[in-house]
Amino acid sequence: MRAGWEVVIGLEIHAQLATQSKIFSGASTAYGAEPNTQACLVDLGYPGVLPVLNEEVVHMATMFGLAVNATVQRRSVFARKNYFYPDLPKGYQISQFELPIVETGELFITADGGEEKRIGITRAHLEEDAGKSIHEGLDRRSGIDLNRTGTPLLEIVSEPDLRSAKEAIAYMRKIHTIVRYLGISDGNMQEGSFRCDANVSVRPAGQNELGTRAELKNLNSFRFIERAINFEIDRQIDVIEDGGKVVQETRLYDSDKDETRPMRSKEEANDYRYFPDPDLLPVQMSAEYIENVRQQLPELPTAKQRRFVDQYDLKSEDADLLTSSRSLADFFEAAAAATSAKAQLVANWVMGDLSGALNRDGLDIADSKVSAGGLAGLLTRIQDSTISGKIAKQVFEAMWGGEGTADEVIEAKGLKQITDSSAIEAVVDKVIAANPGQVAEYKSGKEKLIGFFVGQVMQATKGQANPGQVNKILKDKLSG
Amino acid sequence: MSRPEQEWHAQSMTALKAGLDGGAFTSVELTHALLDRIAALDDKLNALITVTADEALAAAERSDKVRATGNGGVLNGLPIIHKDIFCTRGVKTSCGSKMLDNFISPYDATVVEKLSNAGAIVLGKSNMDEFAMGSSNETSYYGPVKNPWDLSCSPGGSSGGSAAAVAARLAPAATGTDTGGSIRQPAALTGTVGIKPTYGRVSRYGMIAFASSLDQAGVITRTAEDAARMLGVMAGFDERDSTSIDEPVPDYVGGLKESIRGLRVGVVRQHFDAGLDAHCAKKIRESIAVLESLGAKTIEVDLPNLDLSVPTYYVVAPAECSSNLSRFDGVRFGHRADNAEDLLDLYCRSRGEGFGDEVKRRIMTGTYVLSAGYYDAYYLKAQQVRHLIADDFKKAFADVDVIAGPTAPSPAFKLGEKVDDPIMMYLNDIYTIGANLAGLPGMSIPCGFVDELPVGLHLVGAHFAEETLFRCAHNYQQHTDWHNACPEDFE
Repeated sequence: MRAGWEVVIGLEIHAQLATQSKIFSGASTAYGAEPNTQACLVDLGYPGVLPVLNEEVVHMATMFGLAVNATVQRRSVFARKNYFYPDLPKGYQISQFELPIVETGELFITADGGEEKRIGITRAHLEEDAGKSIHEGLDRRSGIDLNRTGTPLLEIVSEPDLRSAKEAIAYMRKIHTIVRYLGISDGNMQEGSFRCDANVSVRPAGQNELGTRAELKNLNSFRFIERAINFEIDRQIDVIEDGGKVVQETRLYDSDKDETRPMRSKEEANDYRYFPDPDLLPVQMSAEYIENVRQQLPELPTAKQRRFVDQYDLKSEDADLLTSSRSLADFFEAAAAATSAKAQLVANWVMGDLSGALNRDGLDIADSKVSAGGLAGLLTRIQDSTISGKIAKQVFEAMWGGEGTADEVIEAKGLKQITDSSAIEAVVDKVIAANPGQVAEYKSGKEKLIGFFVGQVMQATKGQANPGQVNKILKDKLSG
Repeated sequence: MSRPEQEWHAQSMTALKAGLDGGAFTSVELTHALLDRIAALDDKLNALITVTADEALAAAERSDKVRATGNGGVLNGLPIIHKDIFCTRGVKTSCGSKMLDNFISPYDATVVEKLSNAGAIVLGKSNMDEFAMGSSNETSYYGPVKNPWDLSCSPGGSSGGSAAAVAARLAPAATGTDTGGSIRQPAALTGTVGIKPTYGRVSRYGMIAFASSLDQAGVITRTAEDAARMLGVMAGFDERDSTSIDEPVPDYVGGLKESIRGLRVGVVRQHFDAGLDAHCAKKIRESIAVLESLGAKTIEVDLPNLDLSVPTYYVVAPAECSSNLSRFDGVRFGHRADNAEDLLDLYCRSRGEGFGDEVKRRIMTGTYVLSAGYYDAYYLKAQQVRHLIADDFKKAFADVDVIAGPTAPSPAFKLGEKVDDPIMMYLNDIYTIGANLAGLPGMSIPCGFVDELPVGLHLVGAHFAEETLFRCAHNYQQHTDWHNACPEDFE
């Protein structure tokens, strides 16, 4: 942050809702199909066709509204946003304007200073996505793919409460976590199902009045958002410090050049002529409906994080990490419930070896090769001293490789820990006999050598001897 | 006993149904006869844009086979015409516009589907004002329709082709659409029966939109009974139209024969002011007297905001049309300008060439009233006035069952007479527009002649009171003969 300046950021996040069919038609929303194979007559804006609202989107928007402590409006209205573009078949986009379905919510992020900070959510409204224009590989012509036309979006508009790119990212991540928790969006940024526009302005520190803002479009990864905002902040401060004025405009972020550039001003001059869509009735919801949705809301990340700390006695930052996705949290809870091992041990394994293996293989937790129950079985064997933590890593790798359950691997590989004192004593005796020099040094006071002896015993037992017992027996014998 | 072939065209749909069901003639014979009549007479009228002779004969053949097995829908084998605003699969659906001159619809409108499922035979698609914007049929890309009662006169619009075709006995029934009077005014001007049902009564799916909150499909026939028969098939909830209403469809035909004794008929003070032709006013009063003679009671009612209905309509309807017609951009279907230089050029020229003057006038008006800075003063204000007008009707219907009055201020006017004066043309719909703004059912029935041109009696009912309108109209037609009058050249 450059001294003497304050940054003001508001985000408009577009979350694609995870419905099977489109918001106003029965066509599929699946991603990646051949161009124009998932656009029906309604999506194509044929003469005479009419939109019919997909009820599922109302349910999803309601869930979101409740999750961010917002007012879910009992009555909301779809409006037409009129403009011409080839990827907008009807010549208008059906959106919500004066009466959105969700208003005045909030969420809390960890601010730059480490303190908790409230970020206001102005509104969230439902709308249909447009299609895609394709300019590449078509020899000076443009193609249009209308598969995406009519895909349901929830546009989530924040208050200008964010004061840095980092806060913007923290806010966006939080929204990202919430929509995935609710199961209302897959949040896939690469496929464009979670993207945002940022309104950025700067003002001298202490000034009340807002500076002129620029709207940054086309931000589809957390990294780009941060870079685009930071570039824009610098640019605006430079403009003002050089005696210029920031122009209110829409700017596109170019990730290759890491810069923002103004869009053609023509597109700025639009008067969208919003008016209520006469083809759709206002969305009316009963208080019972909203209450019902509230009852069925899943536990949200913040509440889950707190519960993990209280119930499992986890470190706060571990609880944070485990609750960053619902599937990870569910995996942890399922494993913790199925083992007598301490919850912190379960957490360590989920965040450590398991996450490592998932990352290595590029797998989602849902596709983990070791199930929650499988991991619990392994940790139980640490807890009951059948194996040591070290051996457990070896067992885990074998389980990941499909060699069976923890018990099967331990059995097949003969990894069971040696707890028979006489057997350990026999090995200890051999080690002492074979290393008279080190024994003499130890006895003369070089007690650090105990590690050497333990190592020798463990090597001789292929790591299977119980480390506690080895220690105790060694000390007894060496001091004898 | 079968009547001579040449008289089939003169029969009502109800009579033709009896003939078909009784085996007096076949649907193929009937269809042939009407297609021959169209071929012989429509050059004079220009009522049809497309004649679907082959499809009609094939469908008639199928319907005869179905009838032979003792099955078939309630309209099995009965020929009809569709206004060219209804999408019909595999058939040109032009909406009276150059913009859609090349448009073959890939699907059937719900109305088309329902009538076909009931066994109706589609003879062709009728001429209309371009995108249903007009009251004289003169805005059609395919040229004006002539009024069968006087070929130098307009048949009214926008469903002028349907009205002229029914009046000239080319078909016993034709579908229409009514946004501000587009079924009722042409019905009045051609001496036919036209009903625009309650908004939401008939699905709008597949009906090319003009002004979505006002558009409603209906039918033009020669008798109230035929209209009841047709509407019984067309009406009903459609999950593809969110504005269609899930309300059971009564047996309209079954309810016709009840008397209208005690029916409370509202007569609107404001209907008989200077705007109404004096001779027409006399006919209207006479026909109301007929209703009284049948046991109805007349009650004077007020519609104080009636004079605001035309200006309100000409804000709301253009606003909606300016948006509804944006999809005609030359990109996916319809007219596309040749050799466009760039996107803007493609848009401007495709639309500039594809739309006629009246459509452009309304798109521009609508765009203006929705623009930033004007929205509140025009569109929002119009919506408020619309509520006032609806409230006036609501109050009136607290005291009466039906409102009776003129459908149009005068009988048919000459083609070319008003075409250069849009305001005069717009005022032709003053008595009908209120029912659209309030979403009420309205019906026009023939009630006499002025200067040898037909005059229409306008009946308006409360929401979903179509039964009452049909009963009132049927009782009237049982005691009058105006609906049987036939234009001389089309007997």
